[in-house]
Amino acid sequence: MSDTDTIQPVNPVLAYLRQDRLPHIWCPGCGIGSTVNCFARALTESKLDLDKVAVVSGIGCTGRVAGYMNLDSFHTTHGRAIPFATGLKLGNPDLKVVVYSGDGDLFAIGGNHFVHAARRNMDLMVVCINNGTYGMTGGQVAPTTPLGATASTMPYGNFEPSFNLPFLAEACGAVYVARWTVFHVRQVIRSMKEALGKKGFCFIEILAPCPTLYSRRNKLGDGVDQVKYYKERSVIKDGADAREAGLTFQGDIVCGKFVDRERPTWLDAMNRHYSSVIQDYQGEGHAED
Amino acid sequence: MSETPAPKGKGTVFVRVEVCKGCSYCIDFCPAKCLAFSKEFNAKGYHYPVLAKPEACVGCDMCGLYCPDFAIFGIRVKDLEKAKTK
Ligand SMILES: Cc1ncc(C[n+]2csc(CCOP(=O)(O)OP(=O)(O)O)c2C)c(N)n1
Ligand code: SF4
Ligand code: SF4
Ligand code: SF4
Repeated sequence: MSDTDTIQPVNPVLAYLRQDRLPHIWCPGCGIGSTVNCFARALTESKLDLDKVAVVSGIGCTGRVAGYMNLDSFHTTHGRAIPFATGLKLGNPDLKVVVYSGDGDLFAIGGNHFVHAARRNMDLMVVCINNGTYGMTGGQVAPTTPLGATASTMPYGNFEPSFNLPFLAEACGAVYVARWTVFHVRQVIRSMKEALGKKGFCFIEILAPCPTLYSRRNKLGDGVDQVKYYKERSVIKDGADAREAGLTFQGDIVCGKFVDRERPTWLDAMNRHYSSVIQDYQGEGHAED
Repeated sequence: MSETPAPKGKGTVFVRVEVCKGCSYCIDFCPAKCLAFSKEFNAKGYHYPVLAKPEACVGCDMCGLYCPDFAIFGIRVKDLEKAKTK
């Protein structure tokens, strides 16, 4: 049977991708692509007008997501996805702006931007693919590399404590915080859909295997072995205290939705404030009505 | 596309053999455990999934959600005709 004999149905995710740019560059067993399936499904379920959704990435293997999505998308410089997205959102308040980037990009070079966008409750959805390393540049230690894991720049094992990203996001002021792994495709879809429909700074961390540079160096097998580890050691605790969600090398992974609260966004706070102190203030973007 | 035999269960899968990288996500996490690796290699040298137990497939598309290479997806037989005419 050849392709021309029958009309075959098409994988629904392909409509969301720039097919001229495929196949993608990700390694066999890399988890990033699985999260893209979830994102596509969440977009379908959210029923958002796709002309009003933009994706912004920094640099890294995860940063390639922006270039593959068939949406208005921006592949910015390393660490600067959040400031770029902030400008995009404030200049076009009707857009739903999604930042999709790696743990190194968002929390090493870009850490300061993350902290302040969360503090200001900038209306952004931030998806962090956490593979515990700098994938694109050769497996260097990241602020998320678990204690004791080996990296190209930590050949005797990492001695730096790592960030607990959900706790960091909550402490800085994020209104929505969830963590899942690539094993939890259904839950990732649900969280992405919730964040797509929510105003304010929403943060979703997704643990994903980097078989080429993290698993191999740490003798953890292939990508699928790491996803099996996620399956075995994940503990779903919705509403858990994010302080308890720190990660250890191949230890338990607390997953779930940790935070879902309301705070005025930066734009709403600005409009409210200026309306109260400036006579005849016209308001910018989505003034509160 | 692989040759997908006429569905025997409630669902079936479609595989783009040449983009598969043989990661095994679909095979390991199919809830019905109905996929297995092919004996053959694709042009890149990977074994790819085949529907080893077609009667067990429910068309849930978990394989499609897991596949990092967009190489496989599952569909319910009752949705198949609709999808073909789209
Ligand atoms: C200003 C600047 N510094 C450093 C780099 C090199 N660099 C490219 S990607 C990257 C880290 C990527 O790690 P991460 O964000 O975790 O993404 P991954 O590749 O793991 O998905 C670094 C350090 C760069 N491109 N620009
Ligand atoms: S280097 Fe790691 S993160 Fe980058 S594509 Fe390969 S497996 Fe994925
Ligand atoms: S559609 Fe569901 S049951 Fe069928 S192969 Fe895929 S995961 Fe398995
Ligand atoms: S998940 Fe995708 S790439 Fe991996 S073996 Fe299955 S079809 Fe191939």
